[in-house]
Amino acid sequence: MDDKTIIAKRVALELKDGELVNLGIGLPTTVAKYVPTGIEVSFQSENGIVGMVPVPFEGLENEFATDAGGAPIGAIPGAASLDSVNSFGLIRGGHLDVTVLGGLEVDEQGRLANWMVPGKMVPGMGGAMDLVTCAKRVIVAMVHTQKGKPKILKQCTLPLTSLRRISLVVTEMAVIEPTAEGLVLREVAPGVSVGQVLAATQARLIVPRHVPVMPITEPWALLPDRRAELRQ
Amino acid sequence: MNKAVSVTRAVEMIPDGASLMIGGFMGVGSPHRIIAELVRQGRKNLTVIANDTGRPGHGIGRLIDAKLVRRVIASHIGTNPETQRQMIAGETEVELVPQGTLVERIRAAGFGLGAVVTPTGLGTVVAEGKQTLEINGKTYLLELPLHADFSLLLAERTDYRGNLSYRLTGRNFNAVIAYAGDKVIAEAVEIVPIGCISPDEVVTPFPLVDYIIEREVRVNGR
Repeated sequence: MDDKTIIAKRVALELKDGELVNLGIGLPTTVAKYVPTGIEVSFQSENGIVGMVPVPFEGLENEFATDAGGAPIGAIPGAASLDSVNSFGLIRGGHLDVTVLGGLEVDEQGRLANWMVPGKMVPGMGGAMDLVTCAKRVIVAMVHTQKGKPKILKQCTLPLTSLRRISLVVTEMAVIEPTAEGLVLREVAPGVSVGQVLAATQARLIVPRHVPVMPITEPWALLPDRRAELRQ
Repeated sequence: MNKAVSVTRAVEMIPDGASLMIGGFMGVGSPHRIIAELVRQGRKNLTVIANDTGRPGHGIGRLIDAKLVRRVIASHIGTNPETQRQMIAGETEVELVPQGTLVERIRAAGFGLGAVVTPTGLGTVVAEGKQTLEINGKTYLLELPLHADFSLLLAERTDYRGNLSYRLTGRNFNAVIAYAGDKVIAEAVEIVPIGCISPDEVVTPFPLVDYIIEREVRVNGR
C-alpha cells in the first residue's frame, strides 16, 4: 500500500453515516474510494453540488458537471446543485460535517497552513479558509514529511489558513489529534514505530501508554491466499 | 422587449479601465464568447472580479494572457501560472479573498448591505488592516461590499426578456454577480422564446439582465 492509499483509507474510516463531506482537490478526493460499506455519506463540491460522485459515469459527462478543480464528475440520484452563495452558506453556516484538506504545515496548537509559500507559490486560499474555520470537523490529510523535513512543527512558519484548531491529522505514519493539551499520537501506521513518528515530527507529541495500529488492513489480507485451493 | 445584441456591440459598451465581474469556476460557466471578444477588441486596464483566473489559454486566463488586466480580485490563481508570474513581476495587482467571503462581498453590494461580518480570515494575513467586531462574545472580521461596472455571465438558457436558468455546477458565481454589476451582459448556451423557461426554473430574474447574447451563432438551427 503506498503512502497516499494509507492516508485515504484511514481518513475514510472517520466518516459516519449520513454526513455531508467536502473533499479537497488531490489526495483528499481519493478518500471517496474507501468509504466503508454500509456507510452512506454525501459529498459536496464547493463549486455548487451536493451528492457528487468524483468520477463521471461513462457517456454522461457534462460540461456543467465538474468539481472544484474543473474536473468532470458524476452525481448520485437525488443530488442537488446550488450557486456559490448557497454552497458557502452550507459551509460557513455550519451545515458541513467534515472537510478533508491537504496541508503544508500543522503546529502544536493544531493550526493549519495550506495556502501559500511566500515568494514561491501563491495559489490563493480558494475555499480553504471558510472550510477550515466553519466545518464541524476538519481533517488534514498529508504526507508526514516534505523531502525529509517535518511538516508537523512547534509553530507554523507559513501563513495560517485559520486560527481554528483542526480536528485530526492523518499521515502515512500516524494519526494525530490536536487537543487543548497539545498533539496526541492516536495511532501509528502498520509497520511504523512510535519512535519513527517522533523522529519525523518536530512538534512535541503526547504519547499515550498504548498507541494502536491504524485499522486499515483487512485481516484476511494478512493470511495466505487460499482461494485457488478452495476452488479445487 | 428584446435584449439580444451582437457580441461585438455588447463588448463595445465596455470601456477601457472598466471593472468586470465574470462568472465561472475554472472556466466552467464562464462567458467564453464575451471573453474572446474582449480580447479581440483589446480592452485594456481591466479590473476582473471572479472566483479564479482559469488556466492559460482558457476562460479568464485569455484576458490574463493578452495582458488586458490591471487588477484581479479572486480566491484562487493556482491553476494559472501566468497570473502568478504577472503578480510577482508587479505587472498585475492581485487581491486574494477567501471564496466564501468573496461571494458574500459581491452579494452585499448586490443586495444593498453595508458589509459582511464573517469569522473567515481572522488572525490570518487576510485580516491585516481590517476592522474586527465583537458580537455576542465572538469575534468577526468586517469585509466591505464589492461592486462592478459590468457583470458578464454564462447561463444555460435565457429567454428574450433575460430570464436565466443554469445547469448543475455552471451556476456558481453567475447567479450572484447578476446583482452586483451596473450593467449585466448574459451569454447563454441558447436563447429561447419568452415563456419557455417556467417561473420556477428562473434563477436570475429578467429585471437584472440588460443584454443577452447567444454562445454560438447557429445557422439553420445547427
